[in-house]
Amino acid sequence: MVMPIPPAILTLLLGMGLVLSGLWVGQNVSLLPLDASSNAPVYDELFKVLFSIGTILFIGIIGLIVYSLVRFRRRPSDLSDGVAIEGNLPLEILWTAIPAIVVLFVGIYSYDIYERMGGMTPLNDHSLHAAHADASDSRTWAGISPAMAESDDGMAAVPVDVTAMQFAFIFHYPDAGITSGELHVPLGQPVALTLKANDVIHAFWVPQFRLKQDVIPGQPTLLSFTPTRTGRFPIVCAELCGPAVTS
Amino acid sequence: MTISLTPETAPAHGPSLQPQGWLRYLSFSTDHKVIGLQYLVCGFLFYLIGGALAGAIRTELLTPISDFLPRQTYNEVLTLHGTVMIFLWIVPVVNGGFGNYLIPFYVGARDMAFPRLNAVAFWLIPPAGLLLISSYFIASAPESGWTAYPPLSLTTPATGQIIWILSVLLLGGSSIFGGINFIATILKLRRPGLKLMQLPMYCWAMLGTSILVVLSTPVLAGTLVLLSFDIIAHTGFFNPALGGNAVVYQHLFWFYSHPAVYIMVLPAFGLVSEILPVHARKPLFGYTTMVYSIMGIVFLGLIVWAHHMFTSGTPPWMRLFFTIATSFIAVPTGIKFFNWLATLWGGRIALNSAMLFSCAFIINFVFGGITGVALAQVPFDIHVHDTYFVVAHFHYIVYGGTVFVIFASIYHWYPKVTGRMLNEPLGRLHWLLTFVGFNLCFAPQHWLGLNGMPRRVAEYDPQFQLINQFSSVGALLMAISTLPFLINVVMSAFNGEPAGDNPWRALTPEWLTSSPPPVENWKGEPPLVHEPYGYGIKPGDISLTDTSGRDLWRLGAGSDSRS
Repeated sequence: MVMPIPPAILTLLLGMGLVLSGLWVGQNVSLLPLDASSNAPVYDELFKVLFSIGTILFIGIIGLIVYSLVRFRRRPSDLSDGVAIEGNLPLEILWTAIPAIVVLFVGIYSYDIYERMGGMTPLNDHSLHAAHADASDSRTWAGISPAMAESDDGMAAVPVDVTAMQFAFIFHYPDAGITSGELHVPLGQPVALTLKANDVIHAFWVPQFRLKQDVIPGQPTLLSFTPTRTGRFPIVCAELCGPAVTS
Repeated sequence: MTISLTPETAPAHGPSLQPQGWLRYLSFSTDHKVIGLQYLVCGFLFYLIGGALAGAIRTELLTPISDFLPRQTYNEVLTLHGTVMIFLWIVPVVNGGFGNYLIPFYVGARDMAFPRLNAVAFWLIPPAGLLLISSYFIASAPESGWTAYPPLSLTTPATGQIIWILSVLLLGGSSIFGGINFIATILKLRRPGLKLMQLPMYCWAMLGTSILVVLSTPVLAGTLVLLSFDIIAHTGFFNPALGGNAVVYQHLFWFYSHPAVYIMVLPAFGLVSEILPVHARKPLFGYTTMVYSIMGIVFLGLIVWAHHMFTSGTPPWMRLFFTIATSFIAVPTGIKFFNWLATLWGGRIALNSAMLFSCAFIINFVFGGITGVALAQVPFDIHVHDTYFVVAHFHYIVYGGTVFVIFASIYHWYPKVTGRMLNEPLGRLHWLLTFVGFNLCFAPQHWLGLNGMPRRVAEYDPQFQLINQFSSVGALLMAISTLPFLINVVMSAFNGEPAGDNPWRALTPEWLTSSPPPVENWKGEPPLVHEPYGYGIKPGDISLTDTSGRDLWRLGAGSDSRS
């Protein structure tokens, strides 16, 4: 008689296969648009990690459900019951601890990503305020602002004043004194946008830059980025701002 | 018995002022079963209206240009769609509908703690709903989204916005009345001898939900009153032009509206916990951890609201706190899902409509939960906030989650309510169309959001047209899927196979009476059910140590062939 392969080994192999395929999917399936700013690759790194973990979990649970429904399905005439197992404490502890560790890891990792994207710049920072002094504004709020860190390299950030309104973004370049309906930014040089709105809440979004910032009336907000790819990218207003949209 | 007779029951033997027969359902009845059905049917009618509005949205989005609806009408439609589906369909049905029908049975009572308050709570809903819909015909419907963020909600036509506020206040009031009633009923109306930890899981889900309702809904009410002052009296609470702060509104709004997600899904978790053990013929796995995880979700649900505001004006430390807190909701939620999987494992699973909808719920909700943990991460959220990724995510939670459970529950409890079975083949057709349609409609929207399509737009970049058309086809399938369901529910009420009192051989107290149940629920004394999930062959009956799952399977197959 041939000894069957022990279920523990089969389960281990299945688990390894699941993890490997999740990692492969996370690394090789691309669902994101072109990356065109210095923090887009950082964002995409986080996306791959989340996508891998999500794939492993999702395929695992679908597999368990489909297997259970097929394997344990009731035949029409069968009136018997399953086994009266009401719980298993070690198992409960296991599936509490593992997700807790995973979400803690994901939270800390995304904090690190956020810091690398420049998101941890303190709100209402004095140096920012000094750099973008505006007599009429009492304070400036900070969105994602890696440019302040990068300006140590000696590369000064290009300032642009952005006014969001129903239904357009207006870009003003204080250095050149030009006002335009399009944002033109130089390749490889940090850009510092000061965003303002006077009517309703808008949101400045460039999908290729992986950046979005609400523009709230009464709260001028700084947003910085460094373009890394030439091209024409759409600026999207992502907040419901009335019966028309900018694009 | 400690329950005294209510005045309504005394004249039941003679002529009554209360209408009898089907007219009861249009009356100010205080019978919890009548009120439960009133909630359910009223909610379903509003679901059809909300669905028609969704159809208008998906028709508009067939093409990249705004051609089916004017832009302003499109914004009115999306605002009404969101408000109707949340406040008039999901919240009333999973709380008021099933809660009123089932909770008195589960605690062994003859009615809710406050029957008249209960009727008031229901009868606030039809006028509030009609008021909301009527705004479109009176002036113009609200058009600032279901979130009604100022300053937009201050600048759009005031009449529609004020009607929206009044309607939501009435619906919030209804919800609070219901919440107080559920808390009182579960804690104070339990049959003597029935301990809290012996209650069916839906009671715990409703207790947790009602705590959230009572804590957070008044905050929304207060906020909307202030918003109405800003609109009518030109005060400046939320108006930056008058020195107000628009972000404060967002904090207050989401302090209700994030818990509202749990107000919509926790009852669904409870209902699934009732359905799975019956149709898998096994006890609910891990009762105690299920209870604690509900309470964990209630606690965490109250401290995560600012994750809706990651691109708004919030300081970095706050974003960090809300990221971690939100991620941790995955832990108690995960416990519940693993427990359900363990409940199915090794059962005798009947693949009927109730079970199929429940399992589809698990699959959809796990998917929505995974995108939810991703959205909780600030850097991830910054790219996809306010895009179709978010639209897809929350439809996986509220439709793929709760609405699937509502359908599962209707298939499960229909024999109890009517005494007749629903038609199974039609039910499975309904399930198949809904499952395929839902996933075809919403899965592609994740890609749309990641690649640059914001939500709440009538026009979009032409590169997104094909995927939007897939999504609209899915929506059409979902609309069609309602037909077999409606036909089934109506036809079976008259011609369905008689169900008997307990067709599922269930052990929870609502099945231990006739179907449909009599007024006041039981002819004699209410049954005392200490083990609502006492299914299964006790481990003593067969030796678990020397039988493997494979042997059990052979045993089951063997008994089949003999019969």
